[in-house]
Amino acid sequence: MTAVTPITTGRRPPARGSRSRRGRVGWIFVGPFMAVFALVFLAPIVYSLYLSFFRDQLVGGTSFVGLDNFQRAFEDEQFWAAVGRVTLFLAVQVPVMLGLALLVALALDSGRLYGKSFFRIAVFLPYAVPAVVATLMWGFIYGTRFGLVGNINEALGVSLPDPLSPSLVLASIGNIVTWEFIGYNMLIFYSALRVVPKSLYEAAEIDGAGQWRIITAVKIPAIRGALVIATIFSVIGSFQLFNEPSILQSLAPNAITTYFTPNLYTFTLSFSGRQQNYAATVSLVMGVVTMIIAYAVQLRGMRKEA
Amino acid sequence: MSAPSFTAEQTSRRSTHRAPATRRAPRRRHTAGRPRRSMVLTLLMGLTALYALMPLAWLVINATKTQKGLLDSFGLWFSGDFALWDNISQTLTYDDGIFVRWFLNTLLYVVVGAGGATFLAVLGGYGLAKFDFAGKRAVFATVIGAVAVPATALAVPTFLMFSKMGLTNTPWAVIIPSLISPFGLYLMWVFAAEAVPTELLEAARMDGSGELRTFFRVALPLLTPGIVTVLLFTMVQTWNNYFLPLIMIKNPDWYPLTLGLNAWNQQASTAGGQPVFNLVITGSLLTIVPLIIAFLLLQRYWQSGLAAGSVKG
Repeated sequence: MTAVTPITTGRRPPARGSRSRRGRVGWIFVGPFMAVFALVFLAPIVYSLYLSFFRDQLVGGTSFVGLDNFQRAFEDEQFWAAVGRVTLFLAVQVPVMLGLALLVALALDSGRLYGKSFFRIAVFLPYAVPAVVATLMWGFIYGTRFGLVGNINEALGVSLPDPLSPSLVLASIGNIVTWEFIGYNMLIFYSALRVVPKSLYEAAEIDGAGQWRIITAVKIPAIRGALVIATIFSVIGSFQLFNEPSILQSLAPNAITTYFTPNLYTFTLSFSGRQQNYAATVSLVMGVVTMIIAYAVQLRGMRKEA
Repeated sequence: MSAPSFTAEQTSRRSTHRAPATRRAPRRRHTAGRPRRSMVLTLLMGLTALYALMPLAWLVINATKTQKGLLDSFGLWFSGDFALWDNISQTLTYDDGIFVRWFLNTLLYVVVGAGGATFLAVLGGYGLAKFDFAGKRAVFATVIGAVAVPATALAVPTFLMFSKMGLTNTPWAVIIPSLISPFGLYLMWVFAAEAVPTELLEAARMDGSGELRTFFRVALPLLTPGIVTVLLFTMVQTWNNYFLPLIMIKNPDWYPLTLGLNAWNQQASTAGGQPVFNLVITGSLLTIVPLIIAFLLLQRYWQSGLAAGSVKG
C-alpha cells in the first residue's frame, strides 16, 4: 500500500506514436470520476474558503470581515479544548488499536494458529457493523441500569465505575472505536504480510534469527507502507470523531458537551447555532491541522525507510 | 517457541516447493514455511475473538427479549420468554412499517451510491493505470490530497452548496457525495496495473477493438476480484453512513436505517416519547445481517483483491 508513490512503481509507458490520442482516451476513463470529484470535494473546499471571509448577521445581513473568523477560531477556547481532547484520544487509542491489529495480523500470518480462518473473520466482523449500531450496542452494554455493567454490579455486589461518567467517557468511546476498526487494520496488515516473499524468512532463519527477530527485522519493515497508511487513516479518523460521541450523547448528556470534538462543535455551530460562516472556518482550520499531522506521519514513516 | 534447527541441505530441497505453506511436510520438520501450531497463541487469539464477538452475541441474545425482559434479565443470557419473532414483526410494522421504508432507502443509497462509486473508481483506476495523459500527475496529487481532507470538514460547505441547489432533503444529497471513493480509485489503480497486462490491450487494439470495447470485453473480467473488493468497501461505507444523511435529510421518509435506529433510540429520552429498546436492538440486528452475509459469501474475492492491492508494499 504505497499510496504515496504508486506513480513511480515501474508502470510501462504506452507506445510513443499514439500518445496524444491515448491521452484523450485516458481522460474518457478518468473524466467521470474527476467531474463528480470536483463537485463534492473541490467545490466545497473553495466554497468554505469563500464563506470563511464573511459574517452573516441577523441585523445587517452578510458582510465581508476579512480574517476575523480565523482570528476568532485561534482564540476560541472551546475549539482548542475539543482539539486537545481528540489529540489525547489519538495518542492513546491509535497505538492501542494498531498495536493489537498488528499482533493479530502477525499471529494469523505465523501459521501457528488452530482455526485461523475463523479468527480472521471473527476479528474482522465488527467492521461490517455501522457505527450507529456499534455505539448503540456498547451504549447499552455500558449502561449501569440494564446493561452488563449493571448486571455485574448486581451479581457481584460491587460498584464498577460508570463508563459513561465524564471522567471515563473518552476511554469508553476509545473502546468502541477500537472494537470497530481492529479488524479493518488487521486486514490491511495481514494482506501486506501475505505478499512478503517467504524466502526472506527462510534466509533470516539460516542466519540464525529467532521468531521475534524475524518479526522485528524482516516482517515489520516489509509492511512499513501499510503501517504508515493505516496510521494516517487512523489520525484522520480520530480528528473526525463524531458518530460515537454524538450518539452516546443521549445516554451521557452531562459527559458529552456540544463541543466535545471539533466536528461536534462545527455541527453544533452550523445547525443549532446558525453560525455557518464560522463553522466553515473551523472546518477549514481543522482540515489544515489534520493534513499537517497526516503529512508529518507520512514524512516520518518515509524517513525511517531510507 | 524455539527457532527450529535447519540445515543447508534441507533448504535447497525445500526451495523447489513453490508454496510450502500449504503443503504438508513429508517429515515433521517445523520451519518458517510449516511452523508448529501453538496452543498458547491460539488461546490469546481466542480472547481477541471473544472481544470482537461478545457485543454481537449480546445483540443476538437481546433481540430475543421483550422490553421487560431486557430490563430484568442478565445481559449475556436469554430471559424466559423467546420473543425474537414477535420483535421482528413489531420492528417491521411499528409506525406504519417505517423500518421497511428505511431499509429500502438504504438499499437505494447503496445500489446507486456504492454501485456508482465502484463504477467511477474502476473506470478511473483503469484509466490511470493504463494510459499516459496530460494532467495525470495532477489527478494523482489532488486525489491523494483529498484523502487527507476530513470528509466531515467538507460536510458543512457541501450542505450549504446542496441547499442552494435545492438538493437537501432529497436522496441525491446522500447519493452524489457517496459516488466518490478515493480509496476505491487508489485500489483499482494499483490492481489494474497488476492484473491487466498491457500486451493484452495492445493485442486487442491491433485487432481493431475500440478502447471502450477493449475495456469491457478484455479488461473488466480480469478486474473482477478488485471490483468485488471496492464494491464491498463502498457498500459498507454507504450502508453505514450516518453523518452525511444526518445533515442532509430532515424528512424521516428519506432516512437510511442508521438514522432511523438512532431516532428510535432517542425516542426514549424525548418528552412524551415511548421507549422502544426492543425494537432498537432487533432493528440493529436486522441492519447488520445483510452486510455480514455479503462479507461471508464474498470472502474469497475481497481478500484476494485486497492482497493484490498491497502488492507494492
